[in-house]
Amino acid sequence: MHTIARTDVEDFLFAEAELLDEWRLPEWLELFTDDAIYYVPATDLAVDASPDNNLFYVADDRFRLSERVKRLMKRTAHAEFPHSRTRHLVSNVRIRKHIGDDIEVSSAFITYRTKDGVTDTYFGSNRYRLVPGNGTFRIKEKRCLLDSEGLRAQGRVSIIL
Amino acid sequence: MNAFQRMNTALMIDEGKKIFKVSRRAFVDPDILEAERAQIFDKCWLYLGHSSELAKPGDFVTRSVGGRNILFARDGKGNLKAMLNTCPHRGAQVCREKHGSAKSFQCFYHGWVFGLDGTLRSQPGESSYAEDFKERSTSNMQQVARFESYRDLNFLCFDKGVESLSDYLGPVKEYLDVICDQAEMGMIIVGGTQEYSMRANWKLLTENSIDGYHALTTHATYLDYLKSATGALAQVAFEGSARDLGKGHAVLEYKAPWGRPVAQWIPSWGEEGKRELTRLYDGLVKRFGKERADRIATFNRNLFIFPNLVINDIMAVTVRTYYPAAPDFMNISAWALAPKEETEWARKYRLFNFLEFLGPGGFATPDDVEALEQCQRGFRNSAEAQWNDISKGMGKDNPSYDDELQMRAFWSNWNEHIFKVPA
Repeated sequence: MHTIARTDVEDFLFAEAELLDEWRLPEWLELFTDDAIYYVPATDLAVDASPDNNLFYVADDRFRLSERVKRLMKRTAHAEFPHSRTRHLVSNVRIRKHIGDDIEVSSAFITYRTKDGVTDTYFGSNRYRLVPGNGTFRIKEKRCLLDSEGLRAQGRVSIIL
Repeated sequence: MNAFQRMNTALMIDEGKKIFKVSRRAFVDPDILEAERAQIFDKCWLYLGHSSELAKPGDFVTRSVGGRNILFARDGKGNLKAMLNTCPHRGAQVCREKHGSAKSFQCFYHGWVFGLDGTLRSQPGESSYAEDFKERSTSNMQQVARFESYRDLNFLCFDKGVESLSDYLGPVKEYLDVICDQAEMGMIIVGGTQEYSMRANWKLLTENSIDGYHALTTHATYLDYLKSATGALAQVAFEGSARDLGKGHAVLEYKAPWGRPVAQWIPSWGEEGKRELTRLYDGLVKRFGKERADRIATFNRNLFIFPNLVINDIMAVTVRTYYPAAPDFMNISAWALAPKEETEWARKYRLFNFLEFLGPGGFATPDDVEALEQCQRGFRNSAEAQWNDISKGMGKDNPSYDDELQMRAFWSNWNEHIFKVPA
């Protein structure tokens, strides 16, 4: 197996962002392993807090993540119907460490969401645990750490960050 | 006095014809918001925080309550203090952290130091002040006018002459007892605050929090999710009633098919969950007898405490309070409440449940946000389309949980506060 370069990881994260911005959520979901988790913790918690004993905004296991995708693709997901337009910007990508075959990656993000004449900005860092294989990666963990003080400005996190 | 106040009411009521309408100007008029600040938020008991948030002496949180900056702290003797977070010297906010633990509070502007109870301890250049300066109460951080508690829920009021919290809550206390009695060692706020907002009038969230009518349409995708998750539903139908608790307070009490960590089992919680919930239920029966145990365990409660506190004891327990920043904007803070002695299993599933429905990243709340913001947009037409209708269930002896009695209770009291005459 060749050494994993940062550019390999960047290509993968940029492709992930594109799937989200194009609302190809079922394809996006396929990037995740069967035991994957997707977290958005409350912003007054430690970065490694557990959702088992702390209140988060989002703490999905793989099943609930698939249900989130299913929900967002329906007309009855009122918060996202008609779909908002989003732009996920990914930057400051770094490979933090190797855990066995997996790698831990951090990135910075800015995501814009616009709907009904209102544009919201989400910003913060993402912590990924990625599983390399077949020349690409699968996501085992995605933890979005918002830098904002709560969601006072945005009101909700109805899209996937 | 503006034209609206001369009107003397925001309500159109005819009991005989079963008409109950609310003027949409109540959601958009800046004069109304000004009247709400003076006649409701400056006069009513407001929720400040839970005792468990300040576990030990020195713990503090800073919080915006009713437009004031409050420093809520546990002093060296273990007493809870609610202080106006402003230096008696020249006004700067003394404590600038959201939460933490301190031995004293120092204003960084000129260096005045206050004890945990707000008493002035020292200030640079003391010899230049009057000899008795430190003995003067005006040298200390100011306490709020009134501060009282019920079952570890702490409230404040900016009106010195207000009735006691106990009298203000009245029959609400019995429901708080039912909610808090699920714990043997008391309830605690779990770590993590959900802070969000809506581009909507604050009263829309009052209505929405006690609205049993909107679930099937607004939350269609949540109900779809429960159906597709294997074993996420108990064999229980939606059924229950609404009650007007006086002074604008109201409650819905009903059965619902979702799992309750105290204590309604659903198949997806498996044998481990069944054992745990059976143990909790048996404990309730032992402490309270079967009838009250059943009420605590199997009934849900959406409890509204006037003017802006919601305690929903549903698939988890949430404490939620919200304030207007403008007629069309509110800030919301929400916490999770749980029994202190809860096992790891129960805490985990409680929080998992919470996020399924509740909060700005859940499967339901974002759609509530959307609905309320769409109402606010609709109110742009309020010069022509003037009235909201909340007549559902009028004239019934036992209004259902999905009728609108509880909203009429809120609005009647609100109207009395704003216009000083019973509707």
